[in-house]
Amino acid sequence: MRPNHLVATIVAAAVLTSTSVGAQQASDTTARRQQRALDSLATALRTLQARMDSLEHARASASTAAAPVRTSGAYMNVSFVGLTDFGWSSTPDVESLQKGDHDPKVRGFSHRNAELSLDGAVDPYFKGVTNIVYKLDNNGETSVELEEMFVLTTALPANLQLKVGQFFAEFGRQNPQHPHSWGFADQPLVLNRMFGPDGLRSQGVRLSWLLPTDFYTEASLAVLNSSGGAASSFRSEESGLIHGGAALDRQVKDLGDMLYVPRVATSFELNDTQTLVLGASGAFGPNNSGVNTSTKIYGGDLYWKWKSTHADQGFPFVSVQSEYIFRHYDAAKRPAVEDLEAPRPPGTAVPQLAAQTLKDDGAYAQILWGIQPRIVAGFRGEFAHADKSTFVSADRADRTRWSPNLTWYPTEFSKFRVQYNFDHRTGIGEDHSLWFQFEFLLGAHAAHKF
Amino acid sequence: MKILPLFQILVAAAIAAPVPITAPPASPAPPARAKLSVVATTPDLASLAREIGGDAVDVKALAKPTEDPHFVDAKPSHIVTLNRADVLIDGGAELELGWLPALLESARNDKIAAGSPGRISASAGVQMMEVPSTFDRAKGDVHSLGNPHFLVDPVRVKLVIAQITEHLSLVDPQSAPMFAANRKKFEAALDLKLAEWQKLLAPYKGAKIATYHKDFVYLAERFGLNIVEELEPKPGIAPSPAHLAKVIGTMKSNNVKVILVQPFQNRKTAETVARQTDATVLDMPEQPGATKNTDSYIAMMDNLVGTLAKALGGAK
Repeated sequence: MRPNHLVATIVAAAVLTSTSVGAQQASDTTARRQQRALDSLATALRTLQARMDSLEHARASASTAAAPVRTSGAYMNVSFVGLTDFGWSSTPDVESLQKGDHDPKVRGFSHRNAELSLDGAVDPYFKGVTNIVYKLDNNGETSVELEEMFVLTTALPANLQLKVGQFFAEFGRQNPQHPHSWGFADQPLVLNRMFGPDGLRSQGVRLSWLLPTDFYTEASLAVLNSSGGAASSFRSEESGLIHGGAALDRQVKDLGDMLYVPRVATSFELNDTQTLVLGASGAFGPNNSGVNTSTKIYGGDLYWKWKSTHADQGFPFVSVQSEYIFRHYDAAKRPAVEDLEAPRPPGTAVPQLAAQTLKDDGAYAQILWGIQPRIVAGFRGEFAHADKSTFVSADRADRTRWSPNLTWYPTEFSKFRVQYNFDHRTGIGEDHSLWFQFEFLLGAHAAHKF
Repeated sequence: MKILPLFQILVAAAIAAPVPITAPPASPAPPARAKLSVVATTPDLASLAREIGGDAVDVKALAKPTEDPHFVDAKPSHIVTLNRADVLIDGGAELELGWLPALLESARNDKIAAGSPGRISASAGVQMMEVPSTFDRAKGDVHSLGNPHFLVDPVRVKLVIAQITEHLSLVDPQSAPMFAANRKKFEAALDLKLAEWQKLLAPYKGAKIATYHKDFVYLAERFGLNIVEELEPKPGIAPSPAHLAKVIGTMKSNNVKVILVQPFQNRKTAETVARQTDATVLDMPEQPGATKNTDSYIAMMDNLVGTLAKALGGAK
């Protein structure tokens, strides 16, 4: 022990000093003087010893609290979410019922969302985000999808923010969310209907502006490519599912052939415990039923949440979320795909479907009740509807679905959910499904948006 | 193209509208200067900021004093608050990891970005306890930078107010002398109080106590108390019956007579344990404003120490 050495040295020095002092004095006051000197030295020593003890103590506690070397994540957050669905449905053709790409797809087990997320500050000006999704198809084959990859500006003036890359369009509440944040095991019917299995997602740029109002108001506009499976109401190869005709190979001629997604959202604190968020969104772009046709989608959304002032781990709470979306799909005069393929007498023309505006709408409303820490009960009601006066494809048949569920989060890194779905499809009938979900999260847990 | 004019309007409005807001004041010495807008993630940090900032600052806390600071909602109103902030004080050490990053991403305010004078991470420079040597979530919600509940130690608070003073002075150099004076005043008040608190708790040095969460380790260290058990088996993990049985056994054999809980924690569980161990459940809010007459940091600490001394005195 170094301090002990030091103490010993000082004691020795003190004794020596006092001895030498004593040798130089010969009067009878020598003894008293020596005593005084010794006393003061002893006091000094005690003080010194106390200081050393406290230093030693501080050093000991410092060594236990030394910052560990961070093995990873210094410049990037890495996380991985693994989702397992399992359950049964009264229809063996589960895919006809569960249209979302991350929904349970078969009787038995489905692995439809294994998501690797990387994000972090690129530099003082940009934040980079990417989500890479691995999925197993019904035969257990893996497919990989670059779900999102974008940069976000952090330092633009005037409260502006740009997002550039491939990303989920900010249309309504649920479309931009990943399955990890969903309150239910599957995607709402109306989102399937309007945006297809993967939601509305494309490549482009989004400019957002946080308005200088006292309450939260944000306006944004995205300009995106209008093609692909994740833009299913627009120039998608699968658009025949909507209009029944063949999908044209329609090219981009001008800026009018891009997809525009404006949105405005606002929020109010109703009181100390209640918050309301209201939003309105649109999606406008060309579709490929014809050379000049377009699609317009409008949506309104609402989110209300009550959370106790004494919330423990965020519980208890009650939230209500609802979205209503309608679509006007201008379909050109087109040959029906099934008529194209059907045998017909030679010389007769292929029957044509009349040009018309196909109108669809749908909504869902869900309530989540966080009963006590880590237990949430939910109920969702929803419908999707097509205007019968026009051509109706099988994919646009009317549907309703009722879904009660219960979720247990052992921690914020794992989740166990059970959900019952009662389905009614016009022309097909009723179906019952029971789905279980287990999800785990490794690595950084991205902060939840409201 | 109907969309393009709309786009232009949006851009034009965006560029035009904020100009009057961000424009610097025309005169070099304005008679009434706007107060600095200081946002703190939690009320304890807000209280410290008020002590140092005095009249030069307007302080807002994001978390409520009665809610669990690990799980605050990233509400849109907080985005607006952060967007207008000149200074942000967070606890750091991953306390706000579940909600602050989402808010900051939307707030688009580089005045409060990490590394800016306007950003204070209170835990920086504070010696943290319980820093894990390995990162393993099997051990529960252990923060990789250490236990973040350090503000109940008045000595560590001195380091925090030093940082607050330094940063506020960088952001508002004109008020720097005032901040320094306020710091000196508050430090003196804190020293006096610390001596008083130490005297109050001195008779109970080594007293054995139980807590709900690992949120009193710094208080225990400062005042020489001995935390024997936590009701949570691991940080952030709900108490299981088996663990509670063990806690009850340990509390009985060690004659532990107090269980410390915060307002948001499960008092029922604590009371069940208290009944079986003949102990008392103590309401120990660590946030100013959580209960009556605890509006400032010192009042909050007064309440904590007073409650503890009274209970330990009665238990003797």
